Amino acid sequence: MSTAPRPYTLVAELTYACPLHCVYCSNPVDFARRHDGLDTGDWRRVLREAEELGVVQVNFTGGEPLLRADLEALVEEARRLELYSNLITSGIPLERGRLERLRRLGLDNVQVSIQDSRPVESDRIAGREAFGQKLRAARWVKELGFPLTMNTVLHRENLARIGEVIALAEELRADRLELANAQYLGWALVNRGALLPRGEELERARSIAAAARQRLQGRMEVVFVVPDYHVEFPPACMDGWGRRFMIVSPEGLLLPCLLAHTLPGLSFGNVREQSVADLWTSSPGLAAFRGEGWMPEPCRSCERRTVDFGGCRCQAFHLTGDAAATDPACSLSRDHAKIEAARAQAAQPLVEFRYRTARADGAPAR
Amino acid sequence: MIPPSGKPALAGKARLRFDRATGGYLLLYPERGLQLNPTAGSILKLCDGQRTVDAIVAELQKDYAGRPAPELQKDVLEFLEEMERRGLVQVPG
Repeated sequence: MSTAPRPYTLVAELTYACPLHCVYCSNPVDFARRHDGLDTGDWRRVLREAEELGVVQVNFTGGEPLLRADLEALVEEARRLELYSNLITSGIPLERGRLERLRRLGLDNVQVSIQDSRPVESDRIAGREAFGQKLRAARWVKELGFPLTMNTVLHRENLARIGEVIALAEELRADRLELANAQYLGWALVNRGALLPRGEELERARSIAAAARQRLQGRMEVVFVVPDYHVEFPPACMDGWGRRFMIVSPEGLLLPCLLAHTLPGLSFGNVREQSVADLWTSSPGLAAFRGEGWMPEPCRSCERRTVDFGGCRCQAFHLTGDAAATDPACSLSRDHAKIEAARAQAAQPLVEFRYRTARADGAPAR
Repeated sequence: MIPPSGKPALAGKARLRFDRATGGYLLLYPERGLQLNPTAGSILKLCDGQRTVDAIVAELQKDYAGRPAPELQKDVLEFLEEMERRGLVQVPG
């Protein structure tokens, strides 16, 4: 077995519960069957053991991490360990007093998701009224002296308003703006027909983002993430399987990515039963796609194999049924026609959303 | 351009951390981190918003005695300007 590389970032998914119903949520579609399995002591230990292994950053995320009453205790522990801590939140439910407390306890950065530049359109994606509260939360973040990351997921409905989204980030004095096109996994795959943009819409948005990046250099970091469906070669998903990122799911599974536990046939151990170090180095699920030994052709002999690591395993499974296949997003994949067919459908008129919900009919809870 | 009288400080979003694994310093900021070489680490440790660039150079001179001050000053300024472009160092005023 190859030795495990050093992890740098822990993604701590504190809960899958969330007050929002975003149609592209990256949580598993069956999130409602998966329950929070870790208590405060477990999470503290995860932070400690991850740090011992080399982790220097922690993202507290979910679901909505604010729903955990012990977030304060975990932020405090992260600070004690000198981890750079980032709260990834919808901004709901947040009170100024709680944010102030988190600041005092040493939280480093706050990322607020804002779905669109306009209230009605934003709330339509979130499946509830949220826009006003999000702006309030983002303003508190800056008033309290935190750096602010604004994250907007891009798709066919809001791509044309990218200029407005950038203007909103400037008005909120964001330090970092993530313009991240939806990746078509989890709920976004369910809603792909309604969300996937056309190539020309994407190109226009990309050039507006590039101009903003130039103009705002040194003041605001502008990141534009292209959807895998519109690239020639896939990006290095998670920077490689089990390489730099370790995810701990609400249930306690130690994963290489947010959705790896939805792949059949892979077993990932639980941090309640084994140490983070044991799982990182020897869980069979992590070993499965580390390195190059698992790669099929055309990856195996491709010079890009050390750049993109074969792309996204979840995408491979969900589109081809085989998690060990070359990512179909790659133009060299024999399954690339599936991506091209989905792209062709992006020209269709708008399709109805299915909201992220525990209910089978996908109707948003009101 | 940063003047030699400017007082550089780390941006609010950036934090220096000693790295046990390498014995060097990491500069951490949202979603990213930079592994600093020893010189870069020494410079950033001195960027406290109080010291001027000249004072930082004078301080470094103790460790880099072999390097003429004007060259060292040029290196420090170039490095700080790059860090400013990346939004990781700020020089008020």
